[in-house]
Amino acid sequence: MSTQTEKSPVIGKKSSPRSEAFKTFMKRLLKNKAAVIGGLVILFIILVGIIGPFLSKTDPNAQDILNKLQPPSKDHWFGTDNFGRDIFTRIVFGTKLTLKVGFLSVLIGGVVGIVLGIVSGYYGGIIDTLIMRVMDVLLAFPGILLALAIVSVLGGSLTNVIIAVGIFSVPAFARIVRGSTLQVKKLEYIDAVRALGASDGRIIFKHILPNIMSPIIVQATMRIATAILTASGLAFLGLGAQPPEPEWGAMLSDGRAYMHNASHMVMFPGMMIVIVVLAFNIFGDGLRDALDPKMKQ
Amino acid sequence: MTKYIIRRLLQTIPVLLGVSILVFSLMFLIPGDPAQVMAGEGASAQTVENLREKLGLNDPAYVQYGRYLSSALQGDLGNSIRSGRPVMEEIQTRFWVTLEVAIYSTILAVFIGLIAGIISAVRHYTLTDVSIMIIALFGLSMPNFWLGLLLIQWFALGNLPFDIPFPEFLKMRPSGWGDTWRQMVLPVITLGTGGAAIIARMTRSSMLEVIGQDYIRTARAKGVSERVVIYRHALKNALIPVVTIIGLEFGGFLGGAVLTETIFAINGMGRLTIDAIRQRDFPVVQGTVLVISLLFVVVNLLVDISYKFLNKRIDLN
Repeated sequence: MSTQTEKSPVIGKKSSPRSEAFKTFMKRLLKNKAAVIGGLVILFIILVGIIGPFLSKTDPNAQDILNKLQPPSKDHWFGTDNFGRDIFTRIVFGTKLTLKVGFLSVLIGGVVGIVLGIVSGYYGGIIDTLIMRVMDVLLAFPGILLALAIVSVLGGSLTNVIIAVGIFSVPAFARIVRGSTLQVKKLEYIDAVRALGASDGRIIFKHILPNIMSPIIVQATMRIATAILTASGLAFLGLGAQPPEPEWGAMLSDGRAYMHNASHMVMFPGMMIVIVVLAFNIFGDGLRDALDPKMKQ
Repeated sequence: MTKYIIRRLLQTIPVLLGVSILVFSLMFLIPGDPAQVMAGEGASAQTVENLREKLGLNDPAYVQYGRYLSSALQGDLGNSIRSGRPVMEEIQTRFWVTLEVAIYSTILAVFIGLIAGIISAVRHYTLTDVSIMIIALFGLSMPNFWLGLLLIQWFALGNLPFDIPFPEFLKMRPSGWGDTWRQMVLPVITLGTGGAAIIARMTRSSMLEVIGQDYIRTARAKGVSERVVIYRHALKNALIPVVTIIGLEFGGFLGGAVLTETIFAINGMGRLTIDAIRQRDFPVVQGTVLVISLLFVVVNLLVDISYKFLNKRIDLN
């Protein structure tokens, strides 16, 4: 983690310490083949999510009862479902939903968690105790339970799932950010900028936040994987995106009843969830290794 | 030690209170009138009013919470709107089923996770290590509800992929008395796989950190056998973060019960919760969420206390 925030004077072609650190980070990240593959898969999935629906000539909800439960073929790469809908098309359209839930819920959880964590770590005292006890309470709901409880009262919809999974992610961010803030605020340069009269807001946003971005980025990447798993779990239970939305978890749930004669209905949406979650996990692992100060040479 | 346990117990009280407040507040998150939502859209105004009165929703929030807490402390979590039976009674019959599956899953996850993690750490950066870690990464990334469905497809329905002939003894569908253990195998594997992956990863990294320390080098230099170095000196210290993960995973298994119990049609608390959500039976939802969370808090308390046994130097702070 870089702690140098003062800008070095530009002499000749010399680059700033921050860009040097970025170069070292990129060098390390690119050396990690698994992380590069994970990153490329994520990029590909994002492209599929954005461009895929425009390229597809088939309506993901177009029913063709005569061709229901068809196994994978040249016409239907992933087969068809119980309404004769093309599973491949539905998966392509569902990519956007999956990524939307993953990114937006982590954005909500991240922003709230970062603010709470930084305030908690920076001010300490009663504010810290209060915020962290609330986080302890949120963490007392194991696994999917908190998100499930929230969705159960708000009602099943994609927006409510994003909110629920976002709240579910808050404590993870708050704890990590608090820990990092506590470390950084003890450093001498923070004392120095404070002595120069910098306000709390300036210290937090200009001097602390940029220096604790590494663990936040790693956490965000990993949390997207968790968010996707949680959201698809909720959709599987019928509490997420509502029919006929091509959400992968909901598609898996639809396939349950036809498992014995159309296992492809379960196989492909599940495989897609595994691929996306795996890619984020591998990329997150790579980011952590590349940003880990212990590994700095 | 006693002082440590008492302090840790006292620290748990605010969390328990917070959990009860949050669970109680769920009712207020319901968009619109909770009584109307619970009674259903077609309910008459009188029915809604009766339900509101029955649930005490006309009182101020703090009065309602006080009543809720005082009843909960006496083991009364209200009555189910659908069945009319006490929520506690509904939970009691299913609690042990969920607990049993969670305990077996934890045992499986710890057993596989520890062994895989230790082998991986001892043979770090070899093909074995890389293979174990790749499998663990897959285990971590696999939605357990998908794994559950695949296991049903393969080992309950006997449809192995690529038309591989299915050996009957592997069929995990109980066929009579004395065979009921078979119905536990697939849910336990479904729940335990992700946990095993996390424990394996944590054990590996924790072991690698400990193995790199000076006292391990000293033990090796003194001629202590590798077996003793690993199992007596390294593992015990490496276990501390692993124990935390085991506690968290146990909680994850309790929470994950909502999915596995739905897939495997197990009559536990997870299924009770989902059924209650579908029927908008909020007292039951509140009751199950509260009980599962309390159990999780207690397990984490026990985990924290176990630190003291693993490492006497650990301080409460």
